[in-house]
Amino acid sequence: MKLYNPPSPLETKVISKRFGVENSWRLDTYLATGGFEAFKKTMEMSPDQIIDEVKASSLRGRGGAGFPTGLKWSFVPKNVEGPTYIVVNGDESEPGTCKDRLLIEHDPYQMIEGILIAARAVGASKGWVYIRGEYRYLIDHLDSVLKEAYQRGYLGKNIAGTGFDFDLYSQTGAGAYECGEESALLESLEGKRGVPRIRPPFPAVSGAFQRPTVLNNVETFSSVPEIIKNGGKWYADLGTPKNGGTRMVCLAGHVNKPGVYEVPLGMNMMYFINEIGGGMWKGKKMKATIPGGSSCPILRADECDIPMDYDSMAKAGTMLGSGGMMVMDEDTDMVKIALRIMRFYKHESCGWCIPCREGTTWLQKMLARIVDGNGAMRDVDMVGDLAKSMLGRTFCPLGDAAAMPTISIVEKFRPEFEAYVARNPFANSELVQVG
Amino acid sequence: MTFSPELEARFADLLTHYPPGRQRGALVPMLMYAQDEVGAVTPELMAELAKRLDVSVLQVDEVVGYYSMLHKKPQGKTHVQICTNVACMLRGGAELYDHACKKLGIGHKQTQASGVFSLEEVECIGACSWAPAIQLNYTFHHEVTTDKLDQLLEGLQ
Ligand SMILES: Cc1cc2nc3c(=O)[nH]c(=O)nc-3n(C[C@H](O)[C@H](O)[C@H](O)COP(=O)(O)O)c2cc1C
Ligand code: SF4
Ligand code: FES
Repeated sequence: MKLYNPPSPLETKVISKRFGVENSWRLDTYLATGGFEAFKKTMEMSPDQIIDEVKASSLRGRGGAGFPTGLKWSFVPKNVEGPTYIVVNGDESEPGTCKDRLLIEHDPYQMIEGILIAARAVGASKGWVYIRGEYRYLIDHLDSVLKEAYQRGYLGKNIAGTGFDFDLYSQTGAGAYECGEESALLESLEGKRGVPRIRPPFPAVSGAFQRPTVLNNVETFSSVPEIIKNGGKWYADLGTPKNGGTRMVCLAGHVNKPGVYEVPLGMNMMYFINEIGGGMWKGKKMKATIPGGSSCPILRADECDIPMDYDSMAKAGTMLGSGGMMVMDEDTDMVKIALRIMRFYKHESCGWCIPCREGTTWLQKMLARIVDGNGAMRDVDMVGDLAKSMLGRTFCPLGDAAAMPTISIVEKFRPEFEAYVARNPFANSELVQVG
Repeated sequence: MTFSPELEARFADLLTHYPPGRQRGALVPMLMYAQDEVGAVTPELMAELAKRLDVSVLQVDEVVGYYSMLHKKPQGKTHVQICTNVACMLRGGAELYDHACKKLGIGHKQTQASGVFSLEEVECIGACSWAPAIQLNYTFHHEVTTDKLDQLLEGLQ
């Protein structure tokens, strides 16, 4: 399988070490390079020992929210009657994110082994890998891998002679960002519209088909085998305190070497952009960067000299999110960026709750009005205020995801909005503008 | 309604994936795979899947209306999808989309009268580090320039 961008010698390759190896996705390659050693090791471990090892690694979810993975697994009730399930989130729809597809393309058995270890830890018997519908090539690829895994006894009954049984299937989405939200994903898996569920109960207690469910991102599961093989402490030490290990960062935008790179948590962001990403293109200066997918508050260039880990990002008022980093040069029109981001959320709002459905609709209208030269001065305030009034008032986090980047762009790049408005001769008119 | 033996086999396999009594889980995959074979989600297809999964046609219809990849009208032989979301926009995605509109003589979600091409401006398709990205049917093309797009489309006339 070909690589879409050359690797960098400055990467720390833990979960991407098989990328580019000939036939990296085949079982024999995986077995020849240490594959399934971790799973076999868990046969000697109790479920609690497995969970403790994952806790010790300080692995945090790679899908967006960064919730501690071991802790999440520990919420699954023990000794319940009936099945427990695993769901893998491969919806990968957060704008800026393109890493989960690589993990499934190049090293699907690593993810499968991670799933099997999670299944041992929580006593699950069945699982689904939910992949966005646009990735049909990837679903077909995974289907052929699953077929090989069944034929060779690495899925199904008595896996690798251990006496452990587990079934795993692919499940296609059909075009809906919201189905990446865990509870909407579970609705989709049940053959319904992707409208989120009220929580609690959380999926750990009532998830897929109302059964206890562990739901994690593709990259999260893919990180588990190396943790078990080398120990939680080893993994934790790769990163910074409470931010263990490495993660795949998807670098995009105005840099010389955009690409997906694996780096330890806590690497300095400017170092990453300049040394791994080859610096800004065309000799330009950086204006801003969205660090972890379009739902994250934006950082001005002078705010980017920080470690890339969950806690440092939170301190800077933003998030590591899904690892989708988009870098913008000095010529970038931030008002147009704000509008493009809002167009996306308006399109993807499922429409279930009013603050999000109406909020994204009106924010898009107001931003479009400003870009079209019809904006009034008070529109600039209204965009910021309306976005703020959505925060924490929506049924699922998509509302916040739409509001947060908008608030930060208006706050940090207000003169650009005002410059647009100043072109409108009626900018200070008291006349009410509708639509 | 009859499907190809391959699709029937896929349906039969899908139904084994879900807990007993929860076969409705197969609805979204069945719609996607059947749409590829039939060319669109037709009223007959909805009725057939409703019958097979023991749900009402209305329940199928509301699912179809939710997902952006499910479409009730046929698309062109090649469905051209151009991403203009932020990462692609930063590297010329919007210009690429405008170019495609002119070249194909159609706009968003329109199909040429000849039925050869249809066009859609799409949200992020998960190829942001190799932007601008497009899909021709299910096939990805990365780092697409207007010249490269012309070449790709001319090869498919
Ligand atoms: C609107 C929305 C979209 C999301 N999209 C994704 C996605 O595409 N992939 C993903 O793994 N998580 C996504 N998430 C996060 C999931 O809800 C969930 O937190 C995550 O899959 C849990 O796995 P993790 O703990 O391994 O990160 C999304 C959340 C929201 C609110
Ligand atoms: S916040 Fe938006 S996406 Fe979430 S439930 Fe409300 S309308 Fe739907
Ligand atoms: S923004 Fe175009 S593929 Fe992600």
